[in-house]
Parts: sequence; C-alpha cells; structure tokens
Amino acid sequence: MNNVRKQKRANKSLPFFFKDEFKVSFIIVFISIILLISTFSFDIVPPILNRGIQPATFPKALLILIISLTLIIYYLSIKNPWKIGKKLPKTFFLTLLSFLIFVIISKTLDFFLAISVLSIFVSYNWGERRIFYLLLVSIIFPILVFIFFETILGLRFPPGIITNLYYY
Amino acid sequence: MLTPLFSSKLLIVLLFGTLFGLILGVLPGLGPTTGGALILPFTMTLDPLSAIVLLTSIYCAGTYGGAITAVLINTPGTPAAAATCLDGYPLAQKGEAGRALGMATVSSTVGGIFSVIILVFFAPLLAKLAYEFGQPEYFALAIFGLTMLSSIGEGSPIKNLIAGAFGILISTIGKDFMTSIDRFTYGINELSVGIGFIPVVVGLFAISEMLTQSTLLDQVFKRVALKAVKLPTKDDYKKTWKTILRSSGIGSFIGVLPAEGGTVASLIGYSEAKRFSKNPEEFGKGSIEGIAGAEAANNAATGGAMVPTLALGIPGSATTAVILTGLIIHGVRPGPDLFREQPDFLYGIFGAMLIANVLFFIFGFFGAKIFARITLVPNKILWPMIFAVSVCGTYSLSQSIIDVWIMLFFGVLGFFMRRFGFSVVPVIIGLILGELVEGTLRQSLVIFDGNWLMFLTRPIALTFFILSLIALAFPLLRSKKQKK
Repeated sequence: MNNVRKQKRANKSLPFFFKDEFKVSFIIVFISIILLISTFSFDIVPPILNRGIQPATFPKALLILIISLTLIIYYLSIKNPWKIGKKLPKTFFLTLLSFLIFVIISKTLDFFLAISVLSIFVSYNWGERRIFYLLLVSIIFPILVFIFFETILGLRFPPGIITNLYYY
Repeated sequence: MLTPLFSSKLLIVLLFGTLFGLILGVLPGLGPTTGGALILPFTMTLDPLSAIVLLTSIYCAGTYGGAITAVLINTPGTPAAAATCLDGYPLAQKGEAGRALGMATVSSTVGGIFSVIILVFFAPLLAKLAYEFGQPEYFALAIFGLTMLSSIGEGSPIKNLIAGAFGILISTIGKDFMTSIDRFTYGINELSVGIGFIPVVVGLFAISEMLTQSTLLDQVFKRVALKAVKLPTKDDYKKTWKTILRSSGIGSFIGVLPAEGGTVASLIGYSEAKRFSKNPEEFGKGSIEGIAGAEAANNAATGGAMVPTLALGIPGSATTAVILTGLIIHGVRPGPDLFREQPDFLYGIFGAMLIANVLFFIFGFFGAKIFARITLVPNKILWPMIFAVSVCGTYSLSQSIIDVWIMLFFGVLGFFMRRFGFSVVPVIIGLILGELVEGTLRQSLVIFDGNWLMFLTRPIALTFFILSLIALAFPLLRSKKQKK
C-alpha cells in the first residue's frame, strides 16, 4: 500500500511523458496506428464480388475504437492516476531473460535443452540452491514430460542435439 | 442425467478432474482457469464428453479449493475466494479452522448443486429462446456479452473494453473467412491460419502468472494449523441456511450474466450476507455467515456461468471461456442445436458437475489437511515445471514452434496488461467471440443489403443493444452514487 502511494507521489512529480499512464497509452495508440495503416494494404474485393463490407473495414473499426478508448483512459488518468504496483524486482527481469534464452536455444540447439536451461535458470534465480531440486526441475521433470508426450500422446518434438539422440 | 456417466473411463476422468481441480484451487496463482488452460492440450487425446467432463470437474473443484488457502493462509487460492479470507482467516486464527473449512465445504457444495439445478432447467429454456435468433440477434448478443464483461468485470470498464476489442482484433488475424484475403499476416505463412486459442490462453493465464510470481518471491505465508475439518453444528446451520440459499441464488444469477462470475458473485454474496445478518458487526472478525455467503455464491456461479456458455456459446466467466475453447477444439458448437442434437452429451456435463460437487465435498472434508500441505511446494520448483508442461502442451496441438513463441509473447503481454490494470479475461472472450461478432455483422449486412439500421428493426437485437447501453452506463452511475 505504502509502495503504491509512494509510486503515485513519484508519478505526480514527473513530466507527463515519463508517467506510466502516458507511456502505456502512447504505446497502445502507436501500435494501433501502425496496424491501422497496414490495413490499407489489405487486398480489396472487387465491387462485383463484394458482399457486405470489405475485409479491412472491421479491423479498421476495431483499431479506431481502441485508439479512441485509449485516449479516453489517458484523459481520465490525468485526474485519477492509475494504481501501479511496486518497482519490478531483479527476478522478474531474469525470468524475462530466461524466456529469451529459451527462444534462442530452442531455435538453434534443442527444444528440450531449452526447457532444461530455462528451468534451472529460473529455479536458481528464484532462490533454489539444493542440487537435488535443481536436477529435479531441469533434468528429471523434463525427461518425464518428454516420455509422457512422446510415448503416451505420440508427439514428435522438433529435432535438436539432444532430441536426435532419442530419435536416431 | 447420470446415465451417460456410468462408464469407468468417465468416472476416472471425473475423479482425476476433481482432485486436480482441488490441487489447482489451493495453489495461489493457479486456479481453475489457468489449470484448465494448461490441461486443454491434453484433452485432445480424449473424446469430447470426457474432455468437457474433465474441464468442468476442474472448474467446480478448483473454485472450492480456493477456500482452503483463504482460510488457512489468508491468501485466496482463486480470486473467487477473496471474500472468504475476510472471515475465514480470522476464524482460523481463533483456533476454529476446522469449523471455518467445514462451513466453506458445505456452503460450496450446496451452492454448486443449486446452480446445477438452475443449469438443468434454464439452459434448455435459453436455448429454446435462441432458436428465434438470426444473425443480427447473435451479433447484438455478442456485443451485450462484451459490454457486460467490461462493466461488471474486475477493473476499469474502459480498459476491459479495450482488452475485449483487442481480443476481437486478434481473431481477425489470418485469412478472412468470407473472402480468403490475408489480414495482418505480413507474409508469415503460419499466421494465415490465424492465432490459435490455446497459445493465447496458456500465455495470458499461465505464463503471465509465472512472471507475476517472479515479483512475489519475498511473500511469506503464515499457515494456521488444521486438526480436522468439522461439520457445521446445528446452531451454525440455523444461523446460515438462509444466507446459503440467498447466496446460491445470487451466485447462480451473477453466473448467468456474461462476466467474471465467481469473483463478483462471492463479493455480492458476502455483502448481502452482511446486510441481512443479525450480527453484521461480526463480519471481518470471523463470522461464519460471511464464509457461507461468499462460498455458496462463488460455487453457485459455476453452474450459472455454464448456462450462457452451453445455450448461446457466450462464456459466463473466465473458466467457462476455457471450457468453451475446449468445446470448439473438439468440434462441438454450443448453442440451441447442441440441445436438440446431442442431449446425452449435455446431460453428461450436467451430471458430471453434480457428481463433482459431491466429490469435492468428500475430498474437501477428509483431505483438506493434505491439500493444505500442497501450498508448501515452493514456487521456485513449481513454476519451472508448469513452464515445461505449458510449452509442451502448446507445442503438441499443431506441432508448431510458432505457437510456443505466440504463447510467450502473450505471457509477457498479459503480465504488463495486469500490471497496468487491464484484465486479460476480456482478451480471451473477445478472441472466442471475435468470429461470431464479425461473422454475424457481415452476414447481417449481406442479408439486409448493407442496411445498418435493420438492427434497430429487430426487437430482440434492439433489446440486447439497449441492455448493452445500460451495461456501459452502469459503472458511471455506480461511481456517481459512490461519490454521493
């Protein structure tokens, strides 16, 4: 509660473009405008075949609605600033980083290696130091998951340096 | 009603679903919605009835399971159990955890069974009414569903509307269903089939929750000791039977409205219990009526929320949105035709919900102590495991790594949405209803030669539009009243 109040107070003293309300609204409007512009490049159905509205009309209407509503919430936030939680801790950014590592490893090396690396990375950074539990989440559990999906559900995972050992 | 369930396979599914639901319910951050989303890919190996029986039993048991942690560690296992904390934990601190859990178990079971009866009677009636619906009516109904969700859902109504519109926008990605023209695909082949429900659902619920948990690692739970769950005494029943029945009615009604069922229902059930109580001063200090009011209402919302889900294909809550996704991926289209063509299927679901309510009573009564121990599994072990299951489950559907990227993207997006006060539930409901909204709008315009005013000439559609306007105006009126 105190943190929220402190954050609110800190937010009030900032110039408008540093405030969370502005940043969030700006990002939504900016992305919506880019998407809105891209709708103009959608193919157009020739008038003779066109029944009802063009395929781009509905997304255009939605994007205009999103932009308008975002401007309204920004206007309202000037009077009533949003309640935003405390500053994000280091563990959050490390977890986010683990997702990136997962994407890179699964794309270049191996899907299951990526799961193992993410599991040990997250578990360690969230405070787990006991070797058995680190092995449990990073090796034993992914192997069990692999066996379950592969044998019971008959799923074939993407090839990779570890998965290939099983398949070939 | 129970005949379709007399097969050993379905009974095992039901038993597993109830147990799994209870485990999900007691784990703060998981709950029936996230758990349902996680198990959704696995249901592909089951026949449609078993899959939906599994999901509904998770829904019923998970909603009750939240009460166990609410009473013992003052942390609601599910958002719907938030009101239970207010009196459950103070009562547990007085050394009456068993009594508090006993009342929570009994009132949840009564509320749940009451709502199944409502479901059995009202869903076919609503489905019959839906026979009168044409394309314009369905369009108006979908709009009504989205506006209701934004007005009585959690958080700011305008933010909910933005989230709902975003969900509908996601549903437009891929080939246009009427003209096969690509929309928002940017030359990526995988996007031309659109974005699947499961990567979005798992991302928005499970992965975003994992990120949320990464910010809460310093949280310490103080668990109150529990000896055994006690059945309420005669005196407790005398005090609470009216509250339980009232809250069951409130919960079922709130559940039927397309909104975030259980959470809103339990808060209203609780406040009404306080309003009607002879001892309102006891509320917040360990009132047994408070527990009964909140728990009967949140479990009653389960059956209520299934009414529009099955009769109209409009989800009544976040978890029913997941169940609706399950129905769709199994090729079952909810709506009036389902009632005419597959009554056995529906009665199987009704029966499963009824049995699930009885099962969680038994498990809750005898096993609450064991389930409470599950909360001791540390997040640093639990969440990496959940991640592994989420990733493999999402990949398993179409064996596409792109689905895994989409899941991660929506996980990160969902986290920031929640952080800035945008509920993720409208995104899911928007995504589910998107095709219905656009399809019925465009087909209506084709049928009525592009005449937009025809919506106003159809009484049922007009009624839904008026109700939508009322739903939009409701939060404004509420905030004005609160200011006064």
